[in-house]
Amino acid sequence: MSGFGHCLRVKSLQDDTLVEITDATFGYGVRQVLKGINLTARRGQVVAIMGSSGCGKTTLLRLIGGQVRAGQGTVRVAGESVGELDRAGLYRLRRKMGMLFQFGALFTDISVFDNVAFQLREHTDLPEDAIRDLVLMKLHAVGLRGAADLMPSELSGGMARRVALARAIALDPMLVMYDEPFAGLDPISLGVTGNLIRRLTDTLGLTSLVVTHDVQESLKIVDYVYFVSEGVIVAEGTADEIRASTLPYVHQFVHGEADGPMPFHYPAPTYAEDLGLEAQGA
Amino acid sequence: MLRRSIEGLGQRTIEGVWRIGFAARFFGVMLLHSGTAFQRFGLTIREMYFSGVLSLIIILVSGLFVGMVLGLQGYETLQRYGSESALGTLVALSLVRELGPVLAGLLFASRAGSAITAEIGLMKATEQLSAMEMMAVDPIARVVAPRFWAGVISMPVLAALFSAMGIFGGYLVGVHLIGVDEGSFWSQMQGAVDFEQDILNGVIKSVVFGIAITTIALFEGYDAPPTAEGVSGATTRTVVTSSLAVLALDFALTAFMFRGIN
Repeated sequence: MSGFGHCLRVKSLQDDTLVEITDATFGYGVRQVLKGINLTARRGQVVAIMGSSGCGKTTLLRLIGGQVRAGQGTVRVAGESVGELDRAGLYRLRRKMGMLFQFGALFTDISVFDNVAFQLREHTDLPEDAIRDLVLMKLHAVGLRGAADLMPSELSGGMARRVALARAIALDPMLVMYDEPFAGLDPISLGVTGNLIRRLTDTLGLTSLVVTHDVQESLKIVDYVYFVSEGVIVAEGTADEIRASTLPYVHQFVHGEADGPMPFHYPAPTYAEDLGLEAQGA
Repeated sequence: MLRRSIEGLGQRTIEGVWRIGFAARFFGVMLLHSGTAFQRFGLTIREMYFSGVLSLIIILVSGLFVGMVLGLQGYETLQRYGSESALGTLVALSLVRELGPVLAGLLFASRAGSAITAEIGLMKATEQLSAMEMMAVDPIARVVAPRFWAGVISMPVLAALFSAMGIFGGYLVGVHLIGVDEGSFWSQMQGAVDFEQDILNGVIKSVVFGIAITTIALFEGYDAPPTAEGVSGATTRTVVTSSLAVLALDFALTAFMFRGIN
């Protein structure tokens, strides 16, 4: 696995697991979204969770962040069972996690600088001088030090995503989760964002979980891939294994084919029946 | 058909009761997490600027006009009985007991309440509240509670300013335009308005309205479906529900406060 190259600081394979999901289920009401997920992310890896829209990928991130609790099964982050933590324990754990939301979710009433400084001001007693230095360092890491005084409304989609990334790494988390970081970006921003995720993971010693359906961009940067379909993991492997996979679903997804195991048509009565042709024929 | 409509009625009733329960729980949680709003009072002051200070123009101008109309109408009625010198009393009592708190409440609901709902609703729709939660910052303590206390503090001040402007408007029209005697305008007012019975009760009313309006506005925003339609619906509901709540609460409070007063 190519990810092992990034795990040199870890002594043994056993200590190495940061996120471990075992047989996790989750449903909204009667609709079961996740039906027994098993997933492991090791420290220093970039792990992608792929699957078509609405297959439960984002819910998986919400489980790890403790925003929803698994019906059955366990979700462990750094050895702690997320579902069993009380509120204080959950908040303590979240300080070690960063999350990048799909469209950045920057606070629109404060500047880029204040967005990145938000957690530092909320959770630390650092003097304003130190906060300023830290914020500028984080913004420099995403290439937006010059945009510190802008308001979120003045940023492009790609820039907003990068500011959100700077905000997510403000407290030097051990885990960063990305919800569709590539959605709606132009090709240049796409490459920039992908490289940033890889570079920050390697230089800051993070672990990254990337929920995405952008196959080509993410296969360039990830160590390991999980494919989710209809609430279960249907395939997993390294980027090369996924590219070479002959599983029909993975093949359809990687090559972007319109029809296959994932049907093009939403379930419906037969075309003829809907158009009333059968009645005419009879 | 009949069965379906009865089922629908039952469904809506259950949902309504569930929502009231949810709102009550929301109110309780908000009070429990109010520590931050006082420990970091700067957060509350910032919100007082948005909901209180920015509402000043509409409150002051409306107060002035309501007072001027009271002056005209009051004089018109009082002079029939030859008691136009009681104009000051009429204007002041109408304002501090009723019109000040109620009209300021209605204006506050439409000016500040709707803004609060739209802001919280949009923060939810754009995942800002989720982002805050994921940063281990409680949105109820950081976003909701400061807005609540800002509303509760602003509302009586706005109602008092509304009444003060109204009395000034009544004075302008009564004394300067119509020519009621200035001395009797003020002295009769001073003699008739009781601090505890009139002014204090008016303040209590406006505090209650402040609690009701901000709670409804915050709850509607927090509970809004995260879509454009959801937020616009929630904003409308805030204005309608909190206006009705102000009027209903006003009736209930008046019934208790002014029993047996002449």
